[in-house]
Order: sequence, then C-alpha cells, then structure tokens
Amino acid sequence: MSPSTKYTEYDAYAAEEAFEGKVFDVSGQDWDQVVSAAEDLGDERLVVNMGPQHPSTHGVLRLILTLDGETVTECRVGIGYLHTGIEKNMEFRTWTQGTTFCTRMDYLSPIFNETAYCLGVEKLLGIEDQIPERAQIIRVMMMELNRISSHLVAIATFGLELGASTVMLNGFIDREHTLDLFEEITGLRMNMAYVRPGGVAQDLPSGALSKIRDYLDRMPKRIQALRKLMDDNPVYLARTKDIAYLDLTGCMALGVTGPVLRATGLPWDLRKSQPYCGYETYDFEVATEDTCDVYGRYLVRMREMEESLKIVEQCVDRLHSVKGPVMIEDKKIGWPAQLAIGADGMGNSPRHIAHIMGTSMEALIHHFKLVTEGFRVPAGQAYAAIEAPRGELGVHVVSDGGTRPYRVHFRDPSFTNLQAVPAMCEGGMVADVIAAVASIDPVMGGVDR
Amino acid sequence: MGLEEKLPSGFLLTTVEQVAGWARASSVWPATFGLACCAIEMMATGDPRHDFSRWGMERASATPRQADLMIVAGRVSQKMAPVLRQVYDQMTEPKWVIAMGVCASSGGMFNNYAIVQGVDHIVPVDIYLPGCPPRPEMLLDAILKLHDKIRNTKLGAQRERQIAELEEAKRRQLPLLGQSGGAA
Repeated sequence: MSPSTKYTEYDAYAAEEAFEGKVFDVSGQDWDQVVSAAEDLGDERLVVNMGPQHPSTHGVLRLILTLDGETVTECRVGIGYLHTGIEKNMEFRTWTQGTTFCTRMDYLSPIFNETAYCLGVEKLLGIEDQIPERAQIIRVMMMELNRISSHLVAIATFGLELGASTVMLNGFIDREHTLDLFEEITGLRMNMAYVRPGGVAQDLPSGALSKIRDYLDRMPKRIQALRKLMDDNPVYLARTKDIAYLDLTGCMALGVTGPVLRATGLPWDLRKSQPYCGYETYDFEVATEDTCDVYGRYLVRMREMEESLKIVEQCVDRLHSVKGPVMIEDKKIGWPAQLAIGADGMGNSPRHIAHIMGTSMEALIHHFKLVTEGFRVPAGQAYAAIEAPRGELGVHVVSDGGTRPYRVHFRDPSFTNLQAVPAMCEGGMVADVIAAVASIDPVMGGVDR
Repeated sequence: MGLEEKLPSGFLLTTVEQVAGWARASSVWPATFGLACCAIEMMATGDPRHDFSRWGMERASATPRQADLMIVAGRVSQKMAPVLRQVYDQMTEPKWVIAMGVCASSGGMFNNYAIVQGVDHIVPVDIYLPGCPPRPEMLLDAILKLHDKIRNTKLGAQRERQIAELEEAKRRQLPLLGQSGGAA
C-alpha cells in the first residue's frame, strides 16, 4: 500500500492522528510491500495498537505501544471504551436505587461497591452507629467471600493470558462455588444490590450458614491445589519473577494501592489502618511480599484469599449467636428487609403486605413514600473508603438535602492503578506487557464507570 | 422419488443444505468480544461446570477472521461502537450475533448519553438474550437456539424464499398474545 492513505470515512484507527514520519496502516494488505516500503525509510520504530478488543487486556483496555525491536520504549493507555455514565445515572435515582447502579461498576467486586457507597450515605445521614450488628457481620462476610471470588478471577484470567488454560478452568470452578453462596444468600450471582443504606436487603436464608461451613471445609484444599499448580512452576516463574518491577517509591508517587502496593512490603490495608464495619474485631493478617514484581502480587492475592477464609469463619461463628434485625430500626430510612419468595418472585413478605394493605393506612402511605420518593439525606458531603480486592475504593457522596444524590464520585482502584502501566512496561519486553497489566488486575467497568 | 430403493445398502441420502447446516452448527467459533459483566458470565460458560466445548465452542477465536459468532457480552458505549462494527466487518460470512444481556439488547438500565441503546443499531442481531447478566445456562440455551437456526438455514434461492416467508409471517403476526391463527 502507499505510505499515506487518505481516509474519506470515519476510521477508529485513523492514521491522520500521527503527525510525524510515514504511517503504514496495516490491515489486510500485502505484507511484502509494507516491509519493503518500511525498509526504504530506515525507521525501526514500530507503533503497535493493542486492543480495545484483545483477549489479553483484561477487558476493553487499549494500549498503544511504541516498540524498538521487542523492547517497549513507550506505552500509552487508552481508556473510556466502557464508559457507562453510572455516576450520572445515580443522580436521577433515589439513594437506595443507587446501589443498583454502583454494583455494576467494578463487576468483579459488586459487594464492595455497594458497601462503600452505603457507608458514604450512612455517614451523611449520621447513622453509622445505628446499623445493626448482624448487618455489619453479614457485610463483612459477603465482602470477604467477594474478595475470594474476585481474586480467583484475577488469577484465572492471569493464567489464561499467559497461556495456561488449566489455571483458568481451576479458578473458575472455584469461583462457581463462591457464586453458589451468593445466589443462595442474595438470589443473584453477580450485581446483587444486596447492601443497602441502613443494612442489607434481607437476612440470610435458613441453611445458608451450613453451606458456608461446607465451603470453608473445601476451599483451603482448592487454594492449595492452585498453589501447587503455580507456586513453583518453572514456566510460570520465568514469566512472573522480576517482571514489571514497581517499588514502594513508585507506588506512592502514582497512588497505587491494593496487592500491587502490598507486594512492595508496605502493609497498607484499610481494614487494619482505617477499620470500618467492625473489621478491628476480626483476627487476620495483612499479606505482604517484598519482591515488587508480578510473582509477589500473585502471592499476595493467594495469601489474601486464605486470610479471607479465616475472616469468613469468624463471621459464621458470630452469626450463630448474634441475632436480630439486618436493617436499621428507623422506619424513615429502613427499607422493608423481610423479603419472601412468592409465586411472582422475590418481594415484600406477606406479613408486611398484610400490615400495609389491611391494618394501617399510615403504614401504606409511609411505604409508598419511602419506595417511590425515597428518604431525604441532609445536605453536605462525605467520603468513605474501603479496601476492595484491587485497592482503596473511595466514594464521595454529595447531597443537596433531597431524595437523590447531587453527585456521587468513585475513586476506583483499577483506574488509579492503571496509570502504573507505563512505569511497569517501559524498558521491558512486549510479552511482559501482558503480565504487567494482568498483575494490576484492572476491571474496565470500574475504570470507566 | 424411489431413488433409495435402487441404491445398494450402505448409502445415506441427504441434501447439501442439511450437511452444510450440520457442519456449521457443530463447531461455531465465537469471537471473544467481552465488554462488561456479561463477559465474566460468558467466560464462566466455558468453565468445567457449564463447558461449552461440548458444542465445539471452546476455541474462542482471538482473531475475528476465524470466528463465526460474535457474542456481544455487555454494554456497548458510544466510543466502543465503531470498534465493534469493525470487528464484525472483519468476520467472514456466514456470521451470527448474539446480543448477550439487556445492555447489548436494548441499553438496559443505562438509558443515557454513554450507551448505545441496543447493539442492533450497529450490527444485525440473531438472538436477544435478556438478563443482567444472564446465567451461563441462559447463554447455553441461546447458543442451542442459534444452533437450531443455523442448522435449518436454507441456501441459495431457497434462502431467499425462506426470508420472504419469514418476513410475511412476521408481517401478518397479530400483536396480541394468546390469539391463535395469527401467523398464517
């Protein structure tokens, strides 16, 4: 093809963006011509577009790599291909409905998104110490189960991207077991909208605790099996050891949190340093490594899963003795949390319906107002942060005193950590870009929102 | 015709259409077009519990040029739309599209500035699969329904007549449910 082609139609990869040198747009032409034309120029520099549709970029991430031979000299990250307008949509729904939207941001850790948002709303309402203890324990338990399922997907897709589908199959079947518990408890596998301002949507169904016990019996062996597959695997070690090095100074400069930061040796975990939901009462350790590389991040994730199992076990023990409501007593805020399954699916319990339809007109009016209009939140702003599987997940909620958020902004760890990609990749080999991106484990739903 | 009686034993008669349909449906290679939450469930459909390699689909094609089926798994943003169309154009005929989940089917809960309100604005869709996200079992059901469609696709002039017939049937279909004899 000719070195410069004029585009008459809109082209997503238009060459006209380049402003220096000759541009070869290779999409199905005769390769020999391209090579000979490039040889005449004597320019070795190669700009490779990777993504946004690529099997190894963890979703719709676009990387623009400048290569010198096989060495990456420049790496630019293109995002926004999954921008969904979730934050804007939340401004047009009630505070409770917001959970339905934010659960779909980082779709591998829905419970964390909901909890962070609800903690922010509860801070604005000033009801943090009125949340029932049982609700807090259930939140912690669900978050830790979610951390396990999220890390399992991280490791499974990591294996797949390095070309090991055995890892992927093993990781996903364990994730299925975790999702079975979510389905048992919330009714949904993903995007549950289970955590609500004031508590959780409903109490645990009968038999859920024994199922979690079965899971706790089985899971350590499964994690051991995964470790056996990966920990000392020479091929895996060659692909991960001393790859994508980023030390503590680099992490601090770039605002990186989560397993990437903990793999540099700093035990920074919001569950310990700024406890929420009663994390200070649980016994667990913060996993750290000091290798600053991909392998260290993998080890941190594995250890975190084991620690999460410990926390879940403590939650189950507590849930046996701690009874009581799972939604705040204040009827002006608390959504009816006694749900039941009827012929037409899940809904309010027959007792609640009998009460509002049969005995009390005021209760019916109150229910109608709460469900259609929602509760009012005092004007002001609040910031709440929790330790999500990928790092610090912060939420900034602003209220103008109405029944809908004025603004909700999320500080998603995937987004912040993604800016470490150039620091990790530049100077390395092009094949290691895959390992570097996978070790950050960005979820594009959270990055673009 | 009576042709069967005149043949020696050991022969099986069929039509080119049936052979082509059987071959196409037996090993549909999906293009990996994972976008959002549904992509995780699409990957879960390949896990040992659901295992779509039972239908010869485990070879998720990284290059669109070797793919027959595009499973649009997730919300399609305005920025992603041209990329999606380009990937679709790169796929070779015959090709099929499943719009997985409500976002790909109709925009779903994201009725806003950022999301394309249904991927059928960009590419023709064969199967709309509701759910947010649909369970892996639902995706398998959609895939089996698509297999049925592929297997019974006519070729050449027959295909044109089939399309005309289907269009006519749809045109005559009465909008109300439960009314019999609507689609003549």
